[in-house]
Amino acid sequence: MELLIKNGFIYDPINGVDGEKMDIAIRDGKIVEKVNESKALKIDASGMIVMPGGVDIHCHIAGSEVNTGRLLRPEDHFKDFERKTPKTRSGVGYSVPSTFTTGYRYAKMGYTTIMNPSMPPLEAKHTHEELNDTPMLDKATYPLLGDWWFVLEYLKDGKIEECARYVAWMMTTTKGYAIKIVNPGGLEAWGSGRNVSNIDDQVPYFGITPREILRGLCKVNKLLNLPHTIHVHTNNLGKPGNYLTALDTMRCVEDLASGEKPAIHITHCQFCAFKGSDWRTVKSGAEEIAKYVNNHSHVTLDMGQVIFTDTTTMTADGPFQYGLHELSGNKWVNHDVETETSSGIVPFRYRRKSYVHAIQWSTGLELALLVKDPWRIFMTTDHPNGGPFIYYPRIIAWFMSRKARQAVLKKINPRAESRSLLPSTDRELSFYEIAIMTRAGQAKALGLKDKGHLGVGADADVAIYGINPENIDPSKKHKTVRRAFENAAYTIKGGKVVAKNGEILRHVEGATMWLDVQVSEPIKITEKMRRRFREYWTVEYDNYPVTENYLEVSHPITIKADV
Amino acid sequence: MINLHPLKEFRVPVIGECINPDIFQGKTREGIAGLTIWEGNKQKKLGELFKVEEISTGQQTERTTVAIHGDVSKVRRIGLCMTNGEIAIHGDVGMHLGEEMEGGKISVHGNVGRWAGSMMNGGTIEIHGNAGDYLGAPYRGSSKGMRGGKIIVHGNAGNEAGAYMRRGVIKIYGTAGQFVGLRMHNGTIYVQKGCEGRAGACMTGGKIVVGGFLESVLPTFTIESVKKKVKIEEDDTVEGAFYLFLGDLAENSKGKLYVLKEKNPHLSCYERLL
Repeated sequence: MELLIKNGFIYDPINGVDGEKMDIAIRDGKIVEKVNESKALKIDASGMIVMPGGVDIHCHIAGSEVNTGRLLRPEDHFKDFERKTPKTRSGVGYSVPSTFTTGYRYAKMGYTTIMNPSMPPLEAKHTHEELNDTPMLDKATYPLLGDWWFVLEYLKDGKIEECARYVAWMMTTTKGYAIKIVNPGGLEAWGSGRNVSNIDDQVPYFGITPREILRGLCKVNKLLNLPHTIHVHTNNLGKPGNYLTALDTMRCVEDLASGEKPAIHITHCQFCAFKGSDWRTVKSGAEEIAKYVNNHSHVTLDMGQVIFTDTTTMTADGPFQYGLHELSGNKWVNHDVETETSSGIVPFRYRRKSYVHAIQWSTGLELALLVKDPWRIFMTTDHPNGGPFIYYPRIIAWFMSRKARQAVLKKINPRAESRSLLPSTDRELSFYEIAIMTRAGQAKALGLKDKGHLGVGADADVAIYGINPENIDPSKKHKTVRRAFENAAYTIKGGKVVAKNGEILRHVEGATMWLDVQVSEPIKITEKMRRRFREYWTVEYDNYPVTENYLEVSHPITIKADV
Repeated sequence: MINLHPLKEFRVPVIGECINPDIFQGKTREGIAGLTIWEGNKQKKLGELFKVEEISTGQQTERTTVAIHGDVSKVRRIGLCMTNGEIAIHGDVGMHLGEEMEGGKISVHGNVGRWAGSMMNGGTIEIHGNAGDYLGAPYRGSSKGMRGGKIIVHGNAGNEAGAYMRRGVIKIYGTAGQFVGLRMHNGTIYVQKGCEGRAGACMTGGKIVVGGFLESVLPTFTIESVKKKVKIEEDDTVEGAFYLFLGDLAENSKGKLYVLKEKNPHLSCYERLL
């Protein structure tokens, strides 16, 4: 099938195209040089913005954690539901929507690729079952490896190569995409009711520090040539004064970066950018973090922006979630995942009038605006921790318009407003920068070669938004911009028009990307390892791996490792 | 005044969100009959399920009055978010009556289903029959309780009346089930006759007055004093000696639970603790 998108303003940062009027030709799900104009289906995009399909680097949309969140929050569902249509399935949920609804809502906003972070390897099958049921999107998931006993043991003994072989095995076994590290060492300590307080604290029993885990896995990541960097949720998340921990975390892998490629991705950075000694004196540490990031090229960040709404927080960071329950008094779930990780869920409401929440809102935007290079900071809400992903258009409006930010600033807690750096920040992003922060930069950081750009050979994932960049001033007409990004005029996935003006036209299955890491000496499943499974896991080894036929649409990416 | 008569006995749930004076206001009879309503999984017109009558009272008042004559116990969510006007129901009515109501009045001459006045913010609901469980309580899982308004039940109420309540008054002139005022934060609940037990479990504030038999007070409540009378609301004070208990201590809180001394001689053992 051939498709021709005519006369749109193209924003394709990876290929350096900034708002030029061009045609995009698509054949068989790929972008090509040209198509037969008389035969191809034509889309008239004149006066519209054409961007690559959106890429989300961090959103919790599948897995046992999300599903437990759904069970915990019946009240989240009954007001927000979608009826069945001839094309789509019904669904419920606001902050933790059901899988189909997640796919449709992303597609309506022009998103086509999403990454599900924090998959406990033990729950890999469940996660992939839910990803199979998430339509319209290409997706991948990151296994949690920072507190896995095997990793801790090998790193303690300094056996980096051996550790790399196990990580490669785990990546292929669980069909994962990147190494996710959550509160390194802290989750293992949480198993015995403790936590680590900084990156040089000892992990009980293992006698290893978070610094060693981070550095070890960063080296492993490099040895295995994984496309993404290590994806790190720092220690001390959500505690006043934790910006120092975040800076320490970035610093500790400074020497491991080589060339252009970053060495570490700090995720939902807003939650680890608090300054101050307690909740009364907490303020934004965005300035310090931005200053560090501006001077060092080995870090990428994503925001974890807070939205003033009712949401559900869920992370693998058990001790943090317990703290949040203590703070809010809300119902909670906390769980220890055997030898691998922990997890927790607490419903949470961000209020404008709360000093801390308003500071958090401001910190996220400050980070995004103070980090000068848009290729290094990405737009996320850490869905659903900071707010549901359906609010992305609102964040785009805040990026593009000082006026939009001012309108919110007027309504937030006055003490937070007086401490916010936003009134003194004049920066307003252009559509080109928005395209970087929402798709190109994320695709580049993830090492997705076929996503996030519109060059010849790329996947034909395109989003077209109905605004004319020539005759709109986004800083004044921020509401128009927001509405345009809420409902993409067209969303094209794999060369097919899947959504038009906020209506789903067809249900398509997306692929699940995973890494087939090829090491020279793959680990052997010995009797010893089987015995460890019997001793430490509740499942036998034979039931553990996710086989390829488990994935509905499998898209393996072969990686040649250096070990 | 609009009169609605059900045309048949409903066998599947009907979502009657459109039966609301706010929506009826300014519409003609035909306009009202043309409102959409879900019966089970089928979308229907209000006129297909109810006979709609318009009775001219000659009064050009702003308030719109709606009267339903007949059994509507399968019809849910009548008066959802209503802000003014009046609904009178002569018969039994289904779940979620007056959910998130802001103002106006609903009176029922019959029994109501569960979640009557759920999450209401204002207005009045008067029930002359019995009320089901979760009177004025939020939907399952939610902690958004009643934030204002008044519910009067002349019959009995079910379990968990006034759960998560934050403001407002609930008066039950009959008996109440278990867990009256579960996790309530503020507001007043008055039960004239007895209630089944576990009154005020996990309450963090507010006032529960039991004017009848209460088998036992939760062990996480302590006796504070004996009061001669208790004020329920403006111009409504209940006379008679009441034991005043404070709790729930499991929540480290001091909500007030008043229990009538006369009807509860078995609680006299608490008096030696005074």
